[in-house]
Amino acid sequence: MAEESQPPGPLGFPDPGPARFASVPEVRERLAETGYLADEGIAGVVHLADRLAKPVLVEGPAGTGKTELAKAVARATASRLIRLQCYEGLDESKALYEWNYKKQLLRIQAQRVVEETSEGVSEAKPTADSWHDIEGDIFSEEFLLARPLLEAIRASDPVVLLIDEVDRVELETEALLLEVLSEYQVSIPELGTVRANRIPLVFLTSNNTRELSEALKRRCLYLYLDYPTLEREREIVKTRVPAITDELADQVARIVRSLRTLELKKYPSVSETLDWARTLVVLGVESIDAEQAKATLHVLLKYRSDLERAAKELSAEDTQKGR
Amino acid sequence: MLDVLTGFVGELRQAGLPVSLTESLDAAEALHHVPLEDREALKYALGATLVKSSAHWKAFETAFEVYFSMRGPQFDIEAEEGRESSGERPPGDEGGAGRGGGGGQALSDEELAEMLYRALLSGNDATVAAMARQAVSRYAGMEPGRPVGGTYYLYRTLRNLDLDRLLERMLEAARSETDGHMTALEERLARDELQSRLDRLRKEIEDEIRRRLVADRGTEALARSLRKPLPEDIDFMHATRDELAALRRAIHPLTRKLAVRLARKRRHGRKGPLDFRSTMRHSLSTGGVPVDPKFRYPRPARPEIFVIADVSGSVAAFARFTLHLVYAISSQFSKVRSFVFIDGIDEVTRFFEGSDDVGEAVHRINTEADVVWVDGHSDYGHALSVFWERWGEEITSRTSVLLLGDARNNYHASQAWVLSEIGHRARHVYWLNPEPLSYWGSGDSIVGEYGVYCDEVFECRNLRQLEQFVTELA
Repeated sequence: MAEESQPPGPLGFPDPGPARFASVPEVRERLAETGYLADEGIAGVVHLADRLAKPVLVEGPAGTGKTELAKAVARATASRLIRLQCYEGLDESKALYEWNYKKQLLRIQAQRVVEETSEGVSEAKPTADSWHDIEGDIFSEEFLLARPLLEAIRASDPVVLLIDEVDRVELETEALLLEVLSEYQVSIPELGTVRANRIPLVFLTSNNTRELSEALKRRCLYLYLDYPTLEREREIVKTRVPAITDELADQVARIVRSLRTLELKKYPSVSETLDWARTLVVLGVESIDAEQAKATLHVLLKYRSDLERAAKELSAEDTQKGR
Repeated sequence: MLDVLTGFVGELRQAGLPVSLTESLDAAEALHHVPLEDREALKYALGATLVKSSAHWKAFETAFEVYFSMRGPQFDIEAEEGRESSGERPPGDEGGAGRGGGGGQALSDEELAEMLYRALLSGNDATVAAMARQAVSRYAGMEPGRPVGGTYYLYRTLRNLDLDRLLERMLEAARSETDGHMTALEERLARDELQSRLDRLRKEIEDEIRRRLVADRGTEALARSLRKPLPEDIDFMHATRDELAALRRAIHPLTRKLAVRLARKRRHGRKGPLDFRSTMRHSLSTGGVPVDPKFRYPRPARPEIFVIADVSGSVAAFARFTLHLVYAISSQFSKVRSFVFIDGIDEVTRFFEGSDDVGEAVHRINTEADVVWVDGHSDYGHALSVFWERWGEEITSRTSVLLLGDARNNYHASQAWVLSEIGHRARHVYWLNPEPLSYWGSGDSIVGEYGVYCDEVFECRNLRQLEQFVTELA
């Protein structure tokens, strides 16, 4: 396939198209409208991703809002979210495209029926012409099943592509993504190259269960989503659990922060913080004391040893205990 | 700007971060889209394009602080010099003399401490930052031209501010606010809040010192003295306390990754025998023709592991990390038993059983295991012969034996015959030595003597090498 060169931007980068966001503060504002509170770093990277036409690789502990970020960006830009959930054994036919061979078979059989009826009982030998017709026919867009990656490239409406938990696929399968991520195109041998009309925003999330390949990392912007700061977590709790009082939200955020300074096997995630806040609201708690905290800690912590340690720490009487 | 960027990328590479050419081009491109006067935005733009691993973020941050410390309006060093220089700039003669007068400064030491206390208590960040700057110029006693990284200056400043007392005072104040009726929980929360404010102050002070050092010595020189090894390259034998903490943090994600990788390898590695039933079942969709033969998953034998670790002072950290790693992936082995010794030897498997917290178990080994026989100096010979006497029978042909230690035997008898006996019974015998290869056999190291009876002896100085070994073992 002859590569037609991309129209280069002012600096030799592919043209990212008209800006989705005017500035970093605007990113924050519009994400906030959808209920996602981004900090400076997140907003900055999203802005860059749009301007540089680069995918964003989001890493971080579980439950810090990696997938949520992609969803929020989709909402903020009024785009359709196309999601590719990765798993072990994911292959081309599930990620990129597949020929609908059943339909192709039907098409060939239909052809034969037509020939038989028109030529009577005579042995229908496909002539060179009709063979070409059929071949051209059955390898056309009509018989192509678009899987998420191709769908995102072909879409005429604005889309956000989310490739979730990319660390779950095998190292070799990662290579499937590379063409899409760097050139925003998919090569189909029978059809040619499908290129994106408008470069979509792409988010990849990873739980860091294995090291991703250099080739993939090189093509992406990197964003590490850590646990939020006290202020941001408080705001998140207030936004997502509207029924909560300011005082309780503050307490929740502070207790969670204290828990994260302990040495635990699994730190409470943001989603668990939210669950906890909801639990407290449902229970009608106005302000938390140590007893209530202990009784509901199992919402936040999922290991027995963690629970024991946290309960001990939160009700520790001796104040001299330095950390 | 481009010059600064090139220098910065060079520094990152020096620090061991893999920054490719495309990535630095991306960074250059990214600079077009962020306001350069906004330091935070600049940092995230560079971080997103240049750093692709969270483990490297710390190194990036250090380098960034050095290279871009003087950007941004609030960091305008000239203006500040003008403001303050009248009072205290000649630090050469004042720094040594100490904190007596403050050289005609408007504030006395007590006033400074008081202002800092108030600012921290009310959480006023701007004032805290200003106070931090004051404190550095007053207490750090910086001497121009010295090739240092600033740790000592930091220490000097903090010692004078006495943060511990400050914390107690603030807690006192918080307590009196609630009329002394503070529950343990509230107190705990208040303490954490104040602690985090103090951490911020500490960071302000660090930044200030670094800023001054950059002004004094130039970026490149300072970056060189601040450069630290990445967590996976830290040497076990010579790790400082901070580095050990970094190692402990790094080992957690590492064990998780390793476990996932090994489980996968096991599942996908080889194909087992033909699974007749499954093949027939699947042949139904092709009209009874077994087109696609199915195979059973292989069930490779899981090795049994005996870990025998020297836990004397010099190599204790190494033993701890190795035990940690081996136990974290213990599901890959049919059995793991561990023994620790100095000159006596003790089995410590019991600490790991029934506890899901490896770190805790390793800690208990340090305090509870009975490993001293005579004088608490390593005696490999005695430890090994006792091991052979008490547990030698239990080694079978499925057992792999791991020996951890530097084989510095304090000139005791080596009793190397034990290893040869073990070697006859066990499937494999490996020795992991945390010392650099070039030191082996020097002084009282007799690793060579033991080595002849081992299948292989590995140099294992950092997490990277350790990880590699464990992967091959399973």
